[in-house]
Amino acid sequence: METYSLLRQFADSWMLLFLFLFFIGVVFWAFRPGSTKTYEDTANIPFRNADKPASESAAQPEAQK
Amino acid sequence: MSNYLKLIVLGVLTVFFMIAAGYARDLAYQVHAVILMLVAGGLFLSTLRSTDEPVAAPVTGEYLDGVVRAGVIATAFWGVAGFLVGTFIAFQLAFPVLNFDWSEGFANFGRLRPLHTSAVIFAFGGNALIATSFYIVQRTSAARLWGGNLAWFVFWGYQLFIVLAATGYLLGGTQSKEYAEPEWYVDLWLTVVWVAYLAVFLGTIIRRKERHIYVANWFFLAFIVTVAMLHVVNNLTIPVSIWGSKSVIVWPGVQDAMVQWWYGHNAVGFFLTAGFLGMMYYFIPKQADRPVYSYKLSIIHFWALIFIYIWAGPHHLHYTALPDWASTLGMVFSVVLWMPSWGGMINGLMTLSGAWDKLRTDPVLRMLVISVGFYGMSTFEGPMMSIRAVNSLSHYTDWTIGHVHSGALGWNGMITFGALYYLTPVLWKRERLYSLSLVSWHFWLATIGIVLYAASMWVTGIMEGLMWREVDANGFLVWSFADTVAAKLPMYVMRGLGGVLFLSGSLVMCYNLWMTVRRAPAKEASLSVAVPAE
Repeated sequence: METYSLLRQFADSWMLLFLFLFFIGVVFWAFRPGSTKTYEDTANIPFRNADKPASESAAQPEAQK
Repeated sequence: MSNYLKLIVLGVLTVFFMIAAGYARDLAYQVHAVILMLVAGGLFLSTLRSTDEPVAAPVTGEYLDGVVRAGVIATAFWGVAGFLVGTFIAFQLAFPVLNFDWSEGFANFGRLRPLHTSAVIFAFGGNALIATSFYIVQRTSAARLWGGNLAWFVFWGYQLFIVLAATGYLLGGTQSKEYAEPEWYVDLWLTVVWVAYLAVFLGTIIRRKERHIYVANWFFLAFIVTVAMLHVVNNLTIPVSIWGSKSVIVWPGVQDAMVQWWYGHNAVGFFLTAGFLGMMYYFIPKQADRPVYSYKLSIIHFWALIFIYIWAGPHHLHYTALPDWASTLGMVFSVVLWMPSWGGMINGLMTLSGAWDKLRTDPVLRMLVISVGFYGMSTFEGPMMSIRAVNSLSHYTDWTIGHVHSGALGWNGMITFGALYYLTPVLWKRERLYSLSLVSWHFWLATIGIVLYAASMWVTGIMEGLMWREVDANGFLVWSFADTVAAKLPMYVMRGLGGVLFLSGSLVMCYNLWMTVRRAPAKEASLSVAVPAE
């Protein structure tokens, strides 16, 4: 089979399936149990450390709360 | 030690560019060789003067904000320059006499038009992206920029790229690919700068103190990586001679066209959309003082946008030699793209839920919000225009120009202005902006300017498309091309006036930002401690 047909066939079968499943996986990942609490913390990142970097010994943000 | 190495490299480069200027086969290349010789020679001298001098210890406990300040200044400067050229060429189209005889060959419409597009997209937009991404990645990673002065190399290297690109267009050095006009050696330089940019950005993320990578950084990273890929693939050329600017692309015929529009549309998708969405996900929450509406939606927004945008390019090549399946693919993906675009728009707008009253009192927030509004409008218009039947009317007409400008002036321009208004008081440690009423003036000047621009281009574009396709009872075309040109004059004048308003708004902004730095009260964080109680 010539390269074009081979790649074309691969692209619109297995690769398409892989990309589709990956995307569905992302959606499920975003809505996994416990994600709301995690993302609440992540969404608040812009409101921390506005003036200077966190010091080397700083605890993880989860621990700060 | 490293200074000695630098001196050798810079010295060799200076001599090389001197030779190149002598052997140059065309004017653009010769002027560029002289510019590069001066830059390399100047760097040689300044390196020489600082060699064997004591080196200051590297700073660690604070953010690297100097380069962001420089980026804010560069963004404002290139913005005004780009808007000025745009307004001038708008009047050149309305009044061809402005293509002066004495300026033929360097300042006629054909030479100035790529100067305008590159100045606003790459100089104004690019500097805004570099400055805001450097600012945001530090704050959201709680870490100083990685690589020490590498960030400064990115900044100045990018300015050199802009100067080489701009002077090249005026002197006729162009590879005639839209948004990818710079010649091969300028492309190589941009590649070097871009790899350094990726290194600084990624290095900072790797050193982050936060467990999670904030969503804005995902968008910035997608922008940097994808633009690198697009730039390299679309500029795979073989120079005719190392002493000349002419080069030949390796892609033949329709493949070249497809690669060019794969590049061109994803320059819109990743440079002007993904990167600016990174700004949206930081500055709107900051200015509204509340976290983004839904972080889950922002994750889905990100993956949906980058999975779908990359396929949309072929819609630029409807009714060409491109196979039908490819242009249908581009069209379908463009329509599907409507979903993630509006998902992102809703996420940005709903961040204000519960704080809508701030729109009455905060003109900066108003600017950020209207930019998201324009984003929603142009991401509805774009998919519609990509449908083959609509495209047969709209393509090659001024409708396309109107669409691009409602996106570029409305979305990219307004969100950048909002970011500059946010950043200036913070970076120069001022309590507030010099004048909020001047921000309101800017807001209305820019908004009315965009409305005049977009409305006149809708009218002239649809009129022109209908005139081109109108046939009489015998099947003859009713109008000649010159008829359509004559009919467009009033709309062209109105478009130029819209440009004047938008440009004046940006000048108001520059004055306001300048006065903020000079006059606004300084922020004294430690004042309450320093004043003794009496």
